[in-house]
Amino acid sequence: MNLTLKIWRQKSPEKKGKMVDYKVTDISEHMSFLEMMDVLNEQLINSGEEPVAFDHDCREGICGMCSMYINGEAHGPDRGVTTCQLHMRMFKDGDTITIEPFRATAFPVLKDLVVDRSSFDRIQHAGGYISVNTSGNTQDANATPISKHDADEAMDAATCIGCGACVASCKNSSAMLFVGAKVSQYALLPQGQVEAVDRVKNMVAQMDLEGFGNCTNTGACEVECPKGISLENIARMNREFLSANLKG
Amino acid sequence: MSVLDSKVPKGPLKDKWTDYKDHIDLVNPANKRNIDVIVVGTGLAGGSASATLAELGYNVKAFCYQDSPRRAHSIAAQGGINAAKNYQGDGDSTYRLFYDTVKGGDYRSREANVYRLAEVSANIIDQCVAQGVPFARDYGGLLDNRSFGGVLVSRTFYAKGQTGQQLLLGAYSAMNRQIARGKITMNNRHEMLDVVKVNGKARGIIARNLITGEIERHSAHAVVIASGGYGNVYFLSTNAMGSNTTAAWKIHKKGAFFANPCYTQIHPTCIPRSGDYQSKLTLMSESLRNDGRIWVPKNIEDVKAIREGSKKPTDLSEDERDYYLERRYPAFGNLVPRDVASRAAKERCDAGYGVNATGEAVYLDFASAITRYGKEQAKIQGITNASEAKIYELGQAIVEAKYGNLFQMYEKIVDQNPYKTPMMIYPAVHYTMGGIWVDYNLMTTIPGCYAIGEANFSDHGANRLGASALMQGLADGYFVLPYTIGDYLSDDIRTGKIATDTPEFDAAEKEVKERLEFFTTNKGEHSVDYYHKKLGKIMWDKCGMSRNAEGLKEAMTEIKALREDFWKNVSVPGGANEMNPELEKAGRVADFLELGELFAKDALTREESCGGHFREESVELDGEQEGEAKRNDTDFAFVSAWEYKGEPSDAVLHKEELEFNDIELKQRSYK
Ligand SMILES: Cc1cc2nc3c(=O)[nH]c(=O)nc-3n(C[C@H](O)[C@H](O)[C@H](O)COP(=O)(O)OP(=O)(O)OC[C@H]3O[C@@H](n4cnc5c(N)ncnc54)[C@H](O)[C@@H]3O)c2cc1C
Ligand code: SF4
Ligand code: FES
Repeated sequence: MNLTLKIWRQKSPEKKGKMVDYKVTDISEHMSFLEMMDVLNEQLINSGEEPVAFDHDCREGICGMCSMYINGEAHGPDRGVTTCQLHMRMFKDGDTITIEPFRATAFPVLKDLVVDRSSFDRIQHAGGYISVNTSGNTQDANATPISKHDADEAMDAATCIGCGACVASCKNSSAMLFVGAKVSQYALLPQGQVEAVDRVKNMVAQMDLEGFGNCTNTGACEVECPKGISLENIARMNREFLSANLKG
Repeated sequence: MSVLDSKVPKGPLKDKWTDYKDHIDLVNPANKRNIDVIVVGTGLAGGSASATLAELGYNVKAFCYQDSPRRAHSIAAQGGINAAKNYQGDGDSTYRLFYDTVKGGDYRSREANVYRLAEVSANIIDQCVAQGVPFARDYGGLLDNRSFGGVLVSRTFYAKGQTGQQLLLGAYSAMNRQIARGKITMNNRHEMLDVVKVNGKARGIIARNLITGEIERHSAHAVVIASGGYGNVYFLSTNAMGSNTTAAWKIHKKGAFFANPCYTQIHPTCIPRSGDYQSKLTLMSESLRNDGRIWVPKNIEDVKAIREGSKKPTDLSEDERDYYLERRYPAFGNLVPRDVASRAAKERCDAGYGVNATGEAVYLDFASAITRYGKEQAKIQGITNASEAKIYELGQAIVEAKYGNLFQMYEKIVDQNPYKTPMMIYPAVHYTMGGIWVDYNLMTTIPGCYAIGEANFSDHGANRLGASALMQGLADGYFVLPYTIGDYLSDDIRTGKIATDTPEFDAAEKEVKERLEFFTTNKGEHSVDYYHKKLGKIMWDKCGMSRNAEGLKEAMTEIKALREDFWKNVSVPGGANEMNPELEKAGRVADFLELGELFAKDALTREESCGGHFREESVELDGEQEGEAKRNDTDFAFVSAWEYKGEPSDAVLHKEELEFNDIELKQRSYK
């Protein structure tokens, strides 16, 4: 198929960006979206132009690196997939596709479609861990049974890939789904209890500091999340947060 | 004596590690504060090492090329991690895990290292659970296990199909705690471009800030390389796009020997290539071979009809199908080890029986499993006279519960429903057993420079068993390196900070800058990918699943010629002082173009078949094993460690003879 692409080009963080039109031809429906971008880039390189910079690595939906905003949706029109898993069969011949970076104050653009998501890491530094040293004398893994239900739910929360689609999809650029997922994972496990109060307070404080917006329950994040992280995690975090503040 | 000293401690196998730890030199906590350690890579190996070294009190400077340590390639591991916990009470033990690993590696690994790996494996699971890793559990709340190929016990721990992700997030969380304390300085989006040696010791690195393009000097008392494997030398592999050999190759050029580069694992169950635009290959977990049956049509006319679309695979009756693994290996059937399954698929496809347009695909069929489970369910649920459709429906539900996410992934990529029609699979490059040579301490032949995880060669011999890479990465990082590095660093407590304004750093930086400048100013005509794809094709055709002397010699000549052309005609857009993904690729491919030639040379030298390395000249000529790989323990029971001498073809071979005192060498038979 033949397509018109409208792509955000921005040389560096300080420079102004703009949308630029490109044409690609003979795109196979079996290609992934990023393979289509590879075709465009090869074309640009061969004609002496600078290729479009975009983040990607695993290309199988798990590293969370790819991050495009395609036709007004984070990771594009398909559900439950990341951009690297999106296939060109979702588009048709003659389509015009708009491709922008994830946009949020806390995700400044570095170049073209590449954004800086280090704010996510800093939230994790604030409390996304259990304080246990590596000693070789840790208690036996089966010493504390954990109900299958809790373990499975913790696992569901832990599958967040830290991509930031939730933030990009939210009109307030809220990071509640991302933070809620981490807080939930630990809240559901006995190992997470000791530090629960400080964890939620510190992570939320850091989230605010980074300039993420408030949650107004639009639910857009859940719709666009490639890993199906549920809004229930936000509710759980709110409960944790309230009880942490009551405990002082 | 050879220049290689493996430093394996004396004493009985099972006491070596304990005794060794008891007698190692330690650095006192106050002194650790004065010692810096650089860790390149934040996958399972580098992430766990960084966190643990920081907990001990060292100042850690960690590096990764992604935008966060959480995105290292380890994140993609699906199946699980082995540990000799014997929770299932099925007779597992440290010795058994050790034995399986050595045998699975076709007797080409170092006994003492493998035994230690098996010994610390149980601690890994304890540690990860304490970190909050949500492993799968049974209804009693205890940890669940699954089985993997090549072994007789159930010792694989897993977290759905995302074990690597959960283990990496565990290591990442441990890192975060140390980053918050200021004990780890994390350098995201940084690429190591060279190591700096001072008086023969590794004392720092040159790194490029991938956002600004700035070239930076970083010093430390020791440098740890945890940069992963080099499977991307084939262009197409299941590795992440950015996985590369640059860090490993740079230390090789500065004196670290490269061991067994030709040992590569080609995984039998991956989604086949669909076209020239393909950028990477996707693994379908090994667990599928528990229930899937692998076949191609018996008659070549049916192959043609299927390719033309006039027949569907489901049109073929049972006796029109060739379940070639079951035919050739009745004892293990579809569950033969990875190397055997891959070669058998290639054999059929080379003979013209491949079932898709490219001729490189075989079927992985779940129909019998679905029917079997369906009948079982009908019985359990007391449904008598269940219709075929009902049985299928009941069976499909079971298969869905077991492999649902994999089936969904397959359907997303291929656009075919694998419940209705068999999956198509083909082998793909997946893992590299070869890597930087290290001694028992995990130190390379450069003093003060260590290699851990997939980047080293240490534990898997010529073939790795499933679920053992995650185990090795975490063993190295959590439990081995933090001890052994102390022994070396205990001499450095009075050294003080390593200065970076020295001639050694000047020289290394100059070399790095000159190379970058070459790329950005060369007016060439071909993109970096053009070369990478060509290299990949040579590697796949001549250094792939089966190899012969003639092909390997051709590969060496062709790679050399391609490399020369690359250095004349490569074109890299953009500048060096900005974010420039093409420039990053150029440097990586330049290193692959050297490694590839050494790879071929190593494969040429090893005139035997072992594990993933199959030499057509070395096969059994008669008897029951006719046509199977023939290992040669008399002449080749050694590790090939290559010393860099300029051109890869000039590399000098050093042999580490392998001694087997606790295991008897046997022919692997799966008949
Ligand atoms: C699809 C897939 C599934 C797998 N499933 C399993 C499984 O189920 N069980 C199992 O045991 N194994 C599995 N494996 C193998 C296993 O995942 C890897 O061998 C292992 O994760 C490697 O870990 P590592 O820490 O050595 O390196 P990696 O995780 O590859 O990390 C490399 C790190 O080095 C950094 N780096 C690289 N070069 C540079 C440089 N020049 N400068 C700075 N940083 C650099 C990267 O940024 C990254 O942080 C699987 C592999 C694949 C591809
Ligand atoms: S919650 Fe979902 S959308 Fe948000 S970062 Fe995690 S995986 Fe991405
Ligand atoms: S590239 Fe890893 S999730 Fe898309």
